[in-house]
Amino acid sequence: MRLIAENLGGERGGETVFSNIGFALEKGEALIVTGPNGAGKSTLLRVVAGLLPAARGKVLLDGGSEAFPTVASASHYLGHLNAMKTALSVEEDLGFWRAFQGEPGLNVEEALETVALGGLGHLPFGYLSTGQRRRASIARLLVSRRPVWLLDEPTAGLDKASEERLARLMRGHLQDGGIVVAATHLPLGLEGAKALRMGQVL
Amino acid sequence: MAGRPERGAWVQASEIMLALFLRDIRLSIRAGGGALIGVIFFLAVIVTIPFGVGPDLNLLSRIGPAILWIAALLACLLGLDRLFQADREDGSLDLLVLNGDRHMLALTVLTKCLAHWTGSVLPLVVAAPLLGLFMNMEPLGIGATALTLLVGTPAITFIGAAGAAVAVALPRGGLLISVLVLPLTIPVLIFGVSASYGAVADPAPFLQPFLILAALTLFLAVLGPLAAALALRHGTD
Repeated sequence: MRLIAENLGGERGGETVFSNIGFALEKGEALIVTGPNGAGKSTLLRVVAGLLPAARGKVLLDGGSEAFPTVASASHYLGHLNAMKTALSVEEDLGFWRAFQGEPGLNVEEALETVALGGLGHLPFGYLSTGQRRRASIARLLVSRRPVWLLDEPTAGLDKASEERLARLMRGHLQDGGIVVAATHLPLGLEGAKALRMGQVL
Repeated sequence: MAGRPERGAWVQASEIMLALFLRDIRLSIRAGGGALIGVIFFLAVIVTIPFGVGPDLNLLSRIGPAILWIAALLACLLGLDRLFQADREDGSLDLLVLNGDRHMLALTVLTKCLAHWTGSVLPLVVAAPLLGLFMNMEPLGIGATALTLLVGTPAITFIGAAGAAVAVALPRGGLLISVLVLPLTIPVLIFGVSASYGAVADPAPFLQPFLILAALTLFLAVLGPLAAALALRHGTD
């Protein structure tokens, strides 16, 4: 399985944010997207996920399996927003996404243990702190299987220990033959990851 | 794949949609869900009408079905703006759209409509017979009006979903949705009211307008979610 972006260009409100971005990621490879604010990191991730139309170029998944034929169906997207309902308990939120996204992975209890939120599943999501919310949202990546993880500032709000835990999770995902594309300005602790610096004169 | 169950795609899809349905129902009855807003508005309108119209019982019973239908129509439009906006604000909408590659986005929208209808509109239909008494309606008329509301109000939700999807990015899109959707709901209102009258007024037929109402609901159950899915897919930013 290969995730390929060819000559990609992105727009926001008619303004070109980036152009001529290209990469190809094999199984087990990660791409770290860095750049100053406004360089188009988030836009790039949304274009890759298919949530925004590409102004130019295309994204394709080469050799997708029967379960993951397209980029969108093969991708987990962790954006700025956590996509969890504050009125529901963490268990209910994760249980819903596990059922809705299909291809179930860890069960809710195990996923919460993995992000060190074990025993907090009964709390409403709204009661959690910023960092805990982010961790619960990261647990969403674990409850259903997707080969491609698209992570937008995944460490936002996380403490040191949680950052290391996330790095471990990403390394594990890469070892299992997954692909990670992460937009960040902090080092994520992934050795051998490809780097894409945005916002420079092309 | 090894772990892939051999169950039919339909069973799988219905389980997935049941999960979404139950989540939306849960959200609508929890704090801030707003399931009761519609029914309280409905109650307020119907209770005020007799004071405004005056104590003419014959007049009240004559306009009863129409008033119930108009009040229910407006109450249906009330909560529609939150149908997709709540999901957009916390990022869930992105994932619903992203998963549209796996199971049709229109099916997701249809499920959300059904959950919205069950949570916010079904209470109106249940309250309608009681409020019919306020309008001095006879039992047959009350039953017919409740039945037409039961069959006709889903159509309003389905049209409303398309309006809600178009206005999803607007911060205060509630009024815009009502303006967009109201002209399209007029046929539903016309056939709903004429079927309700048909049950009590002798020469007027009941079955024909009722069947057209049912057909409208079925037609819009397909068209509304498809249009809404199209708007949502192109409205992400």
